[in-house]
Amino acid sequence: MTHHMLLAGPAAETTRLLLYWLLAIVSVAAAIGMILARRAVHCALMLAVVMLSLAVMYAMLGAPFLAFVQVIVYTGAVLMLFLFVLMIVGITAADSVIETIRGQRLWAAIGGIALLVLLSLVIGHAAIGPAAPASPNFGNNNVNALARLIFTKYVFQFELTSALLITAAIGAMVLAHRERTVPKPTQRDLAQQRVASGRPTPLPGPGTYAQHNAVDMPALLPDGSQSRLSVSPVLLAPEPPDLEEPPGIGNGHSADTTPSGPEETSGPAGSSGQEGASGPAGSAAPGPGQEAGEQW
Amino acid sequence: MVTPAHFIALAVILFVIGAVGVLVRRNAIVVFMCVELMLNACNLAFVAFARMHGTLDGQVIAFYVMVVAAAEVVVGLAILTSIFRARRSASVDDANLMKY
Repeated sequence: MTHHMLLAGPAAETTRLLLYWLLAIVSVAAAIGMILARRAVHCALMLAVVMLSLAVMYAMLGAPFLAFVQVIVYTGAVLMLFLFVLMIVGITAADSVIETIRGQRLWAAIGGIALLVLLSLVIGHAAIGPAAPASPNFGNNNVNALARLIFTKYVFQFELTSALLITAAIGAMVLAHRERTVPKPTQRDLAQQRVASGRPTPLPGPGTYAQHNAVDMPALLPDGSQSRLSVSPVLLAPEPPDLEEPPGIGNGHSADTTPSGPEETSGPAGSSGQEGASGPAGSAAPGPGQEAGEQW
Repeated sequence: MVTPAHFIALAVILFVIGAVGVLVRRNAIVVFMCVELMLNACNLAFVAFARMHGTLDGQVIAFYVMVVAAAEVVVGLAILTSIFRARRSASVDDANLMKY
């Protein structure tokens, strides 16, 4: 089966086999990781790996147009849409591990194995022949031949997809639209709110005085504790047990709570020796590096 | 020697993984991702069959599947955001308003 467009010969065949197994292992591992990862963002990244390896497989199968469409439409557009929605819903939206249906995972695994056996039997009984002889339709002429098919034989379906796309666009606009029930706050309202809230200054920026300045790295306050106000609530973990109330700077009562925090637990200098060079953070709030490792 | 059967076997495995993910996961967005994985597995099978038969019809069908999947994702994610706006949750277990 040395019918490849660019490569021929036994060496090329071995290369193709190696590439196939590499892609197969990577895509199956990423797919399994996708259904096992708790965080939805990790699932999206795993899905991107699967889609990119599928694009390479399309190129191996003589579908260069579909390979590029896979990269542009799926990995570029659809996954970006997933990530946008994840940003809206909350990036730390993790699945709960409690089963609401008794034995759901067990029965899902059994059903999956049964489906695998069924499909394997179907594939095993089907007569899947070798690849057809090489033709320019699977190489340089692929786009031209596809266009001829789409605009002649499948032109009615093509028109239907245009109707589908318009319907989907209008549907998305209608579904995502929200009627404004309260009047839009003016600049004067916003300024009054801000003064009345007790914090007329801007919120602290993420990463200030921290070890690095990523957007999910909370700023360090003068006493070494972390300011949860500095990180967007979308990026914050729901309720870390080791961080208490956000220590506000501008609040009136924070002047007496903030300095007393580290003194109650342990001094900043003493705790840094126990924790092992984790900076001035007390034992109540672990160092930024550890925090990034377990929370973010 | 890489034959189309190799790719079809891989498509079966990916399809089963996606189906198990739909059954197991309860975050609606992740369920959507698993559906996308199943659609991709079907596309791989279509492209492999097109290579086997030497005609391009399978590739055209895979192309249309991609278009439909893109439209489905747009509408599905819009529904998810509106549900999330109303219920503050993206779990499929929490959308039980119509339960008797």
